[in-house]
Amino acid sequence: MTVARMLPLIVATPLFGAAVLVGAGRRLPRAAAEVLGLLFAAGTAALALAASAALPSSTARPVEWVGGWRPHGGASVGIVLVGDRTGLGLATLVSLLVPAALAYAWRYFDEPPRRHAASFPALVLLFQAGMCGFALTGDLFNAFVFFELMGVVAYALTGYRVEEARAVQGGLVFGVVNSLGGYTTLLGIGLLYARTGELGLAQIGRALDARPGGPDALVIAAFVLVATGLLVKAAAVPFHFWLADAHAVAPTPVCMLLSGVMVELGVYGTARVYWTVFAGPGGIPAPDAHRALLALGALTAVLGAVMCWQQRHLKRLLAYSTVAHTGLFLIGLAVLTPEGIGGVALYVLAHAGVKAALFACVGVLLDRFGSVDEHELHGKGRELPWVAGMFGIGGLALAGLPPFGTALGKAVTEEAAGGWATALFVAVSAVTGGAVLRAGARVFLGLGSRPPGSPEETTGEGEEPETRRLLARIPDSMLLVPTVLLACALAVGLVPGLRTAVGGAADAFTDHAGYLAAVLDGRTTEPAPTPAPHWTTPGVVWGLLATVLAGVLALLAVQRPVRGEPVRWTVPLRRLHSGHVGDYVAWFLAGVTLLAALLV
Amino acid sequence: MSVLPYLCAGWLFLIGCYGLATSRNLIHAVGCLAVCQSATYVLLLAVGYRHGGTAPVFSDIAPGSRPVVDPVVQALTLTDIVIGATVTALLLSLVIQIAKRHRTVDPDELSELRG
Repeated sequence: MTVARMLPLIVATPLFGAAVLVGAGRRLPRAAAEVLGLLFAAGTAALALAASAALPSSTARPVEWVGGWRPHGGASVGIVLVGDRTGLGLATLVSLLVPAALAYAWRYFDEPPRRHAASFPALVLLFQAGMCGFALTGDLFNAFVFFELMGVVAYALTGYRVEEARAVQGGLVFGVVNSLGGYTTLLGIGLLYARTGELGLAQIGRALDARPGGPDALVIAAFVLVATGLLVKAAAVPFHFWLADAHAVAPTPVCMLLSGVMVELGVYGTARVYWTVFAGPGGIPAPDAHRALLALGALTAVLGAVMCWQQRHLKRLLAYSTVAHTGLFLIGLAVLTPEGIGGVALYVLAHAGVKAALFACVGVLLDRFGSVDEHELHGKGRELPWVAGMFGIGGLALAGLPPFGTALGKAVTEEAAGGWATALFVAVSAVTGGAVLRAGARVFLGLGSRPPGSPEETTGEGEEPETRRLLARIPDSMLLVPTVLLACALAVGLVPGLRTAVGGAADAFTDHAGYLAAVLDGRTTEPAPTPAPHWTTPGVVWGLLATVLAGVLALLAVQRPVRGEPVRWTVPLRRLHSGHVGDYVAWFLAGVTLLAALLV
Repeated sequence: MSVLPYLCAGWLFLIGCYGLATSRNLIHAVGCLAVCQSATYVLLLAVGYRHGGTAPVFSDIAPGSRPVVDPVVQALTLTDIVIGATVTALLLSLVIQIAKRHRTVDPDELSELRG
């Protein structure tokens, strides 16, 4: 079977699995349903891995017109899947993380909803299908459909524990803001169809290139609208408000998927649409795209880091760290070169492992102690040395400790961005890593004094554990999964073959003309090769510096007595994160205006 | 082709957003989201309109004998409506749960998630 033939199977297998589980779920015992779900997820992962391994080169782009509906005379109504190394690589990452989350959830929900044991694995499989489809599609409207599929499933998974007051509220906010983003994307797709009469990424790109001379208002409006929806998913400031609320309430295995891959798919979508549709002579000029992405990225990174440091609710802390890292990814994209894309790709791979492992550790705390509050848990984690070790290593990896893949990705990206970006990368990684280390030092080592409570924020006290009762003993699966994830993040930094593959993938990803030729004409052209991402001495030094800074920040923070009141200058910033859906919609409109202003 | 349908689509989207931003009732907010979505239906159908065109059904007219409107956007709109129904149903079910757990559907009174 050729790679092209395997592409539809990567999307269809989890969909079929979900259908089987929904159909047979009521008659299946829980163990059978979960084994079946795990088998389908792992089978998809095997398919994606096999397809990645069978790619003839890192710049190859196998194209599959589903059902044989190939273009006739340049026009097509078929569904096209494109399995270039970046898309397939992301589908593989998704498909590997889903079985990890399911294996973690194995002993996590001790009590699934009555009479329907299969609903959780079925929803996760649907989520996997949506994400794989989004990564592999070569058609803008199908991308929107997969985007909405993963969106709707994610709202349902976030509000999965419907009997909890906070969970349904977070799920609703998530749903409203992301659906609104989806509709702006569809408006943009409508405008592009009006101009070009096409829906495929390559077809639209070619039609826009046929009228060079810079973009007119319609093309700019289309880009703003399409990018808005994708940036909402990517949680770029000021579209990021939903993310912390959703992460604070979602079940931990779902958080692993949301932070590990779904948010990054928003970044991927923005980059994919830019490079295939708008990077040609009829699209958005490179300086404008650079300016917009850089401004949003820097804003996102700084705000995410500041908010991350302020949190005491551990899941919200990790959620804001994801926001900060999304900002760094956007800065990497803004460079608009293969080096930047390659760095971001490595960063995303390693970040997924580290962040999912950290969420898994927090999940253990939640089920053992019924709290995810840094202050409430003070010193309680002493009895869990293995979890403590993983949480600490995760914090260090997040800060950029070589040889973790996060350090490699950060080093390559900051080198591509250059100048003041290096300082920003070091500062943001140090603050987010430092916040994790600070929480770890308080919870697992009991450092510092026990602080008083403060009512004006989401504390994370008195949370319902996600198991039937508080766990007396932590199941092995809940310890094994984060260990494996951290090992994978380490491997991203150490395996040389991965770096060359990512280098080639980034060359192909940024080759606008090559993508169009491969999809529409079936011609393969080799992009201009650039040096593959690699370790450099300055990169290692900056990574070590960020790690040391993170450690120092954490130590300073735990030694100071904690004040009951939040720091004064952050109060207005924290008031903005009001949890009010109307405020978030107003910020959404402001964000669309900001994006348009940056592009004109 | 008149510019009116496009203005109408823009107006629907903005008025829906206004309703969402100022809503005092979550059921009303979900309705406003549906208004935003109807902007996409209007835009897509306006894009596919041909002057003097008829429905693209060739059982009683010969192909090429007279202009027909674009069937692709109608297919897109149908897909969009299906998605909209799913989203609205899911969000309304979440609102029911919110009403049960919080004993209110006023977003101003939901203040558990902040900071």
